[in-house]
Amino acid sequence: MSIDLSQFIPTFLEESFEGLEVMEAGLLNLEEDDAETINAIFRAAHSIKGGAGTFGFSHITDFTHVVETLMDELRAGHRPFSDSLKSVLLSSVDCIRLLLEAARDGISCDDPQIKHIHQQLETELSSHNDEKIADVDSGLEVAEAAEEAASQVTLMNAQGWVIDFVPASHLLMTGNEPVLLMAALADLGKLEIDVFTDQVPRLDELNPEQLFLYWKMFLYSDCSERAVREVFEWVEEDCSLSIVPIQKLTDEVFEEGMPKSDVYYGSTLEYKANEDTALNIERAEPDELASHSGEQLVSDTQVVQHSNPVSPKKALPPEMAALAQANVASSLELANLKESSDSAAATGQHGRKSPVDLGSIRVGIDKIDGLINRVGELVITQSMLGQVGSEMADWNHPEVDRLNDGLVQLERNTRDLQEEVMRIRMLPISFVFNRFPRMVHDISSKLGKLVELKLSGEQTELDKTVMEKIGDPLLHLIRNALDHGLETPQERIAAGKSESGTVYLNAYHQGGFIIIQLEDDGRGLATDKIREKALSSDLISADQLLTDTDIHDLIFMPGFSTAVEVNDLSGRGVGMDVVRRNIESLGGHVAVISEAGQGSTFTVSLPLTLAILDGQLIQTHQEVYIIPLVSIVESIWVSTESLNVVAGQGCLFRFRDEYIPVIQLCSVFGLSNTANNFTNSLMVIVEGGGKRAGLVVDELQGQQQVVIKSLEKNYKRVEGFSGATILGTGQVALILDVAGIIKMALDPLTKRFLHTANKDDGCLSPKADI
Amino acid sequence: MTETQETLLLDTRQFLTFILAEEEYGLDILRVQEIRGWMPVTRIPNSPDYMKGVLNLRGEIIPIIDLRIRFGFESRDYGPTTVVVVVWVNSAESERCMGIVVDAVADTYSISHDEIQPAPSISDGIDPKFFEALATMNKKMVVLLDLDYLMNSDEFNRIEPSRLQ
Repeated sequence: MSIDLSQFIPTFLEESFEGLEVMEAGLLNLEEDDAETINAIFRAAHSIKGGAGTFGFSHITDFTHVVETLMDELRAGHRPFSDSLKSVLLSSVDCIRLLLEAARDGISCDDPQIKHIHQQLETELSSHNDEKIADVDSGLEVAEAAEEAASQVTLMNAQGWVIDFVPASHLLMTGNEPVLLMAALADLGKLEIDVFTDQVPRLDELNPEQLFLYWKMFLYSDCSERAVREVFEWVEEDCSLSIVPIQKLTDEVFEEGMPKSDVYYGSTLEYKANEDTALNIERAEPDELASHSGEQLVSDTQVVQHSNPVSPKKALPPEMAALAQANVASSLELANLKESSDSAAATGQHGRKSPVDLGSIRVGIDKIDGLINRVGELVITQSMLGQVGSEMADWNHPEVDRLNDGLVQLERNTRDLQEEVMRIRMLPISFVFNRFPRMVHDISSKLGKLVELKLSGEQTELDKTVMEKIGDPLLHLIRNALDHGLETPQERIAAGKSESGTVYLNAYHQGGFIIIQLEDDGRGLATDKIREKALSSDLISADQLLTDTDIHDLIFMPGFSTAVEVNDLSGRGVGMDVVRRNIESLGGHVAVISEAGQGSTFTVSLPLTLAILDGQLIQTHQEVYIIPLVSIVESIWVSTESLNVVAGQGCLFRFRDEYIPVIQLCSVFGLSNTANNFTNSLMVIVEGGGKRAGLVVDELQGQQQVVIKSLEKNYKRVEGFSGATILGTGQVALILDVAGIIKMALDPLTKRFLHTANKDDGCLSPKADI
Repeated sequence: MTETQETLLLDTRQFLTFILAEEEYGLDILRVQEIRGWMPVTRIPNSPDYMKGVLNLRGEIIPIIDLRIRFGFESRDYGPTTVVVVVWVNSAESERCMGIVVDAVADTYSISHDEIQPAPSISDGIDPKFFEALATMNKKMVVLLDLDYLMNSDEFNRIEPSRLQ
């Protein structure tokens, strides 16, 4: 059975990163005795360790093992939970992430931090063990310590292992074959196998695809427990497994003076005959069975979900053994109970991975993108056909009607198909939100502030590409809220607020947009300070009349920061303008509302997808362009009296109560200027980058949904355009980047640049001239 | 023996040649995707005049370059023989698809390595790195173009979009 394991490594890594997120989230929310969370963290650590072992990432295995052991002790209640332990475990999560990333990139990771944390973990682990041994007050603990010591000894010179292997009934369906496992065990040494058939139902009730047998195996070998465990690596999730050293078992059985001790030897002798024929079903003696299943049961209850990495150290407590011995039926009942709880645990674990588990497959993003591209082509072809169809509508031919009926249907189907395909790329925003609790925890402890982060709307879906790009801007906003927005506990109490501040992060859909709101109940924006700062850095003039909202908007200007001291979190003045630029490059907006003393609310709105947009087709100077509908405020006829020429050059248009600049696309784009007369021309009022402007156009054509194509792929980014699309005619039309065009037209620097560029047009590369 | 094997054994390369202002230029044939007739393109504002615009090639948007203007020759009206040669160009991080407008396609040649000689530096302005080598075919000189250099210089250098700091 040789499989190329490396093909599973990406999946392992992906799952491990998910596991890390679970660990992180669990640790952050962990209370003193929250057994469920501790279990979840433990399981995550365990699967990372197991996987890493399988793929030979021994660094990860070694490191995670310590974490796992600590978690195991926490789980068993042998160790109190403390904040220091929490922070060590949190940093260990970071270390595992580093290690995993190193494994992914195929490099070796020798970050000194990892060694440091590893040592810290080891110290934590051993310190507690020492305490335990020193503590002689409790008889139980003494017994445990002694037991541990005993197991230490037996681990050293175990003569073999007793393996109780109780597979779940669906084991065969997972493609695992017990015979192969046993063959693998037999490779390790001499193997004796007992099979138990008491779970096998009557023949007429028997489902041949299910497994009702379970086994007790005696492996006489000096191999390590890990070697044994490795054999069961793939089935560990689907069985209950206990591995106990033979030596220890017999010793303890003797110590406790149990008359049953001969059972093991008896059965061993009895089944020696069929050591290689694992499937040879034998009938077990009823009371022997009782003790076996009893033992089985006990070790299982102690190990809690069969995943203890270290062998179960406890021997059979006499009363349990007695109970088990008492009658077969009751223990079988218990076994059933255990099994059902096992399956409950299994589903629980599954549910943790994806909250709405309707069955899923992992698909490479390139396949989906390929699909989306094809569908995009289909939409273009469909609109092309639609155009032909509508041109033929006047022909008055009966077949034309049939054609058009078909085309209508085609349009509907294409649209549905496109929508469905787009949904594949949609992911819940929790992927982004999940990283924030940890960050808030870290930053707030660094700042000495008490912060409660409330999340809602995590299930709101948006496009994966948008999601990848929105993480950093949101991170900046949250950092700012923590650093500047929220006050220290003292300040808060002085202001009559509760000691700990609240940051509320919410997401919801609103008409083709996803709205992300970040609300804090801190001090709010200091309007006066912002005004002062803006004045001193010449962003505004002293006589400018600005509303509070206008002033608040200034924080998105480049180079603006009012933080008194610059620290490593924020205050370098590169924050907000970059945030706005990034959000706008995604076709979104960001705005802030703030009230002094009450807090601030940042509202980010983003398109659900970057692949399509609703566009308005315009024509100017014989060229067709597309303006994203979201950027359009209004389209109007312009009359001469509402236009004002300033200094003989620029032109302002009076729109409602404000004057907005008029942009002539021909001058921005260097097209030949045909008319300088705006009288009775069409103007599209657009908004972008927080500014409004009027674009003079010759003609408004239809509105349509367009598939965005990148110009960068084969050419390069073109200033003033966010991309291109293919119209129904097969022609390429460029999509205007409204914010970019306003900047190009109004920013004196770019204007100058454009001027020279136009003048030099064609001789940009003087080398090319002959 | 197949033609490909023969080519490999004989240590030759195949070139597609085209005519530009009565001169013959050669392109590595493995770089040529297709040859199409001239079709109207969509202009890109603020681009140099040799950049004719972009074209929809089965859903891909590809830039079209007029090689006459690029080399500084007198531009000529496009006629029935005017073709767009669609080529693959290796750029820093990816392969790009582009079209070049030439007067007409001429021929394909197998040229062995011995027949290829380095291009001498040509006077007057034109960047000598555009030309990879020279070869003589049927007593005519063929200039072999260095596509990757030609198509990655100047205007086609990508400007990385700014990223969040």
